[in-house]
Amino acid sequence: MSSPILLAVEDLTVSFDGFKAVDGLSLYLERNEVRVVIGPNGAGKTTLLDLICGKTRATDGSIKFKDLELTKMAEHQIVHKGVGRKFQTPSIYENLTVAQNLELSYPSGRTVFGSLFFRRTPKINQRVREIAEQIYLADDLDKSAGLLSHGQKQWLEIGMLLIQDPELLMLDEPVAGMSVVERERTAGLLKEISQNRSVLVIEHDMDFVKDIAHKVTVLHQGKLLAEGKMDDIQKNERVIEVYLGH
Amino acid sequence: MSTQPVMKASWMDKFGGRGKLIQILIIAVLILGVLPLFSDIFRLNLYGKYLTYAFVAAGLVLCWGYGGILSLGQGIFFGLGGYCMAMFLKLEASSPENTAIQSTPGIPDFMDWNQLTELPWFWQPFHSFTATLILIVAVPALFAFLIGVAMFKRRVGGVYFAIITQAIASIMTILIIGQQGYTGGINGITDLRSLMGWDIQTDFAKYVLYFACCAALILCLLAGQFILNSRYGQLLIAMRDQEDRVRFSGYDVANIKIFVFVAASVISAIGGAFFTLQVGFMSPSFVGTVASIEMVIFCAVGGRLSLIGAAYGAFLVNLAKSSLSESFPQLWVVAMGALFIAVVMLFPRGLAGLVSDYAAPVRNWFASAFKRETVAASGPETRPSAPKPPESKARDDVSMASAQESH
Amino acid sequence: MGGYTGEELTAIFLMQGFSGLSLFCVFLLMALGLAIIFGQMGVINMAHGEFLTLGAYITYLVSYVASDVWPFLLDYYFPVAIILAFVGTFILGYLVERFLIRFLYNRPLDTLLATWGLGLIMQQIFRSTFGPREKSVVMPDWLMGSYQATDMVDIPLNGLLVVGITIVLTIAVFFLLYRSRWGIKVRATTQNRMMANAAGINTERVDRLTFALGCGIAGVAGAAFTTIASTGPTTGSLYIVDTFLVVVFGGAASLLGTVASAFGIAQAQSILSFFLSGSMAKVITLMTVVGILMFRPQGLFASKVRR
Repeated sequence: MSSPILLAVEDLTVSFDGFKAVDGLSLYLERNEVRVVIGPNGAGKTTLLDLICGKTRATDGSIKFKDLELTKMAEHQIVHKGVGRKFQTPSIYENLTVAQNLELSYPSGRTVFGSLFFRRTPKINQRVREIAEQIYLADDLDKSAGLLSHGQKQWLEIGMLLIQDPELLMLDEPVAGMSVVERERTAGLLKEISQNRSVLVIEHDMDFVKDIAHKVTVLHQGKLLAEGKMDDIQKNERVIEVYLGH
Repeated sequence: MSTQPVMKASWMDKFGGRGKLIQILIIAVLILGVLPLFSDIFRLNLYGKYLTYAFVAAGLVLCWGYGGILSLGQGIFFGLGGYCMAMFLKLEASSPENTAIQSTPGIPDFMDWNQLTELPWFWQPFHSFTATLILIVAVPALFAFLIGVAMFKRRVGGVYFAIITQAIASIMTILIIGQQGYTGGINGITDLRSLMGWDIQTDFAKYVLYFACCAALILCLLAGQFILNSRYGQLLIAMRDQEDRVRFSGYDVANIKIFVFVAASVISAIGGAFFTLQVGFMSPSFVGTVASIEMVIFCAVGGRLSLIGAAYGAFLVNLAKSSLSESFPQLWVVAMGALFIAVVMLFPRGLAGLVSDYAAPVRNWFASAFKRETVAASGPETRPSAPKPPESKARDDVSMASAQESH
Repeated sequence: MGGYTGEELTAIFLMQGFSGLSLFCVFLLMALGLAIIFGQMGVINMAHGEFLTLGAYITYLVSYVASDVWPFLLDYYFPVAIILAFVGTFILGYLVERFLIRFLYNRPLDTLLATWGLGLIMQQIFRSTFGPREKSVVMPDWLMGSYQATDMVDIPLNGLLVVGITIVLTIAVFFLLYRSRWGIKVRATTQNRMMANAAGINTERVDRLTFALGCGIAGVAGAAFTTIASTGPTTGSLYIVDTFLVVVFGGAASLLGTVASAFGIAQAQSILSFFLSGSMAKVITLMTVVGILMFRPQGLFASKVRR
C-alpha cells in the first residue's frame, strides 16, 4: 500500500472525427473506494470505462493504475494487471454452463498452449463453487447460461470478474432492467465484494447510487461537472440543471 | 448433477467422451476395413483421394465451425503441402540419369523446357526427405501464421478475412501458373513415380499409401477432438458468443484465432501431401478460389460443427461429384450450386445435424435399454458444452451480428 | 526502360493508361453495384459477376435481333439494350432477394456461400443456353474506329463510350445514395433495422429494392462490357475476386473510396503489365493491395467511429 490512489486519470481526451466524447477529464480513485459515475446520456461514461480497460484508445492524456500507464497496454494485459470490466448488456457465454463460464474466467491457462493442456484442479473447483454461492447461483452450476434470467446473467458476469480477484472492478449499469428484489441483492453483493477492492460503477438508479456510493462523479459532455458526496451532489445546482432535475 | 463434477475425469473425456470415440472407431472400421474389402485398388485409390479432402474439411470445422473464421483460401495450404511433397518426388524423378537427354540434366523437365540451367534455391531443401516432411508442415504453418498475425492482431475478421484469403488464393494461382519455369505452370508437377526408390504406382504401394492416409486422418480427427474438448475448445465457443468478454477476461483473442487458423492449415497441408502421393501429381487447380470454396462446401455438407461429419461430407460430396460428373457433367455444376444453397438455407448443421436429430431418439432408446447414463451415451450433442446450432441464434459471424445488435 | 525515347514513353503511358482506363471502368461498373449491396447492406453477393454476364448476354441478344432481324435498327439498339439489361437483372435481383438473401441477413458468411452456389447455377444456365464459346455483339458503325489524339496515341471510340457510361452511372449512384430520400432510408435500414421500422420505413421493401438496384447496375455494366470485350459464361466471375478487393480496399461504405481504389488498382495493373508479364503485374498489384489492407484493414477511406 504505497499510495492511497489506485487509479489516476489525468487530462484524458478521446475524439472521434473531431467529436470529443471525453474531454480533458481527470479523476482519482482510492483503494477500497466505491465510486459511482453518473451523467446524462452521451456524457462519456461508457467511453471512460472503454478507455480505462483499453477497448478505446485515448487521443491524449494518461491513465495510471498503480503507477502503470494503461493507455499503451493491450486489453488482456490490463486485465492481467488487475482491472476487471463488466459490460452494459450482460455478456456471458450463453452456450456454456454457469460452471464453465466461471471456470473459463479463472486466471490460469490463459495462453493458447496453457488452455490446450489446462487441467481442472480441486482448488479451481472449490473457487468456482465459492463464487457461485456469492452470486446466488450455487444451484445453477450445470445450467446453460443462456437459460438464466436477466438478473442472474448480470450476477454471473460479475462472478466471472470476481473469480479473477481484480483490484479494480468496473461495472456498467449493473442493475439496469432488474427487479426490486434483484436490485437489493445486487447492492448487497456489491457491498460485500467492495471490501478489499475499488469499484467504479456507472448507474442511473439514484436510490441504488445512494445505497452504495462513497463518492459520486458527474460527467457532462465528456467533462467533469461535479464530484463529491452524494448529498452534496444532489444539492449542486448545475447537476440538478443538466441531470437530476431533467 | 447439482454438485460440481463428481464424475472421474477419464482419458476419454479429453477426446469428447466415449460417444465420440466410438464414432471415430466406426470411421476407422469403414475406411480401414470395409472400403478395402469391397473395392478394387482403382476405386480405393479414388477413395483415398476423396479422403485427403476430409483433412481440409476437418480443418475448416476447427477454424470456421468453432473459431468463426471462414477461410476461403484453404486450397493454399492443401496446395502448399501437396507441392512440397511433389517437389521432393519430382527431384527424385529428375535424377541426372533419368534426364540425360535434357540440355541441363538433373533438373525437373519443365525447368529445362523453360531454359532454366540450375535448380532454384527454394527447390534445394527438397532433395532431403526429412527436410521435406518438416517443410510440409512448416511452410503452411508459417504462411498461415503470418496471415493470421497480420489479420487477427488488427481485428480483421468475418467477411473481410474471407475476401482477403480468397484474394490470396487467387494470387497464389496466378503466381504458380505465371512462373512456369519454377513451378511447372498450369500443368503442375507431374510424372511422380517413386518415393525413395519405391515405385508408388504399383497396386501394393497404392494400398500402403491409402492405409497411411487413413491412419493420418484418424490421428488428425483425434487431435481435433482433443483441441475441441480442452479449455481452448471452450474458449473458441466462448469467443463466438462474446468475443469482448473473452478479451476482457485476460485472453489474447488474436493468439487464439491464429492458433486455430494455423492448426487448420497444417491439417489441410497433410491432406495435400497425401493427395500428391496417391494421385501422382499436383497442380494449381487445387489451390485456387474455386477449389478452396468447394472445400468449404465439403465441410458445410458434413456439418460445420462436427469433425466426424466433415470427414463424411468430404467423402460423400466427392463421391457424388465424380459419379455425377462422369455421366452428367453439366448437371454436376448445377447440383453443386444447389448444394451450396440448400446447405445454407435448409440444413446449416449439415449431415451431422440431420443425424443427431434423427438418430438421437434411437440412441436414447438404446441408452435407456442398457441403463447407461443418458448423458454419456447420447454423445456431446446433448451435453451442455455443445454449442447450439447456428440457426437457433442465426449468428455465425459474431463480429457482424453483435455489431448489429449493439446499435 | 533504356530503349525508349521520352516521347515514346509518354505515348506508352498514355496508351497503357487508356487501356487501364477500360479495366478501371469494368472494375468500377462492377464495384458500383457491390458498393450498394455490400457497402450499404453488408450482403456479400458472390453471384454479382453473373448478373454482369446476364446483362451482357441480354445486350448480345438485342444486338442479334437488331443485326439479323431488323438491320435498320442496328445503329440504335444500344440504348434499348442498356434498358433491357437493367430491367432483366433488376427483376432477377428482386427475386433473388425475395427467395434467398432475405433469410440470411445476419449470417453474412452464409450469404457468401449461397450466392456462390447461385452463381454456379447461373453460369451453367448461360453455358447451356449460349454455349461455352464467347459471344461478341455486332457493333454499330458509329462505335467503330478511333479518335486520333496525336501521331502515336489513338483512342478507340467504344472505349470512350464505356468511360462515358461509367461516369454517368457513378454520378447517378452517388446522387441516389447521398442525395436522395431513398439513400437515407437505405442507410437507416442498415444501421438500425428496428429503429428504421419504427420510423415508418418499410425495411423489407428497402432491402429488396436496394439489392435489385445493385443487380440492375451490374446489368448495365454488362451492357457496357460488351462494347470492349466478348462475353462467355464465366466472364463475370473472372472479375469477382478483384472487385471485392476493390470495394474493400476503397473502404466498404465509401463511394469515393471505391472510385479511387478501382482507378489505382486498374492503372497499376495496366502500366505494370507493359514492363512485366501480365500475370506478374496482377500478382504484384494484388499483393500490394492485400499488403496495404493488412496495415489498414478499414480501407483507404473510412471514418473513425466509436465501436
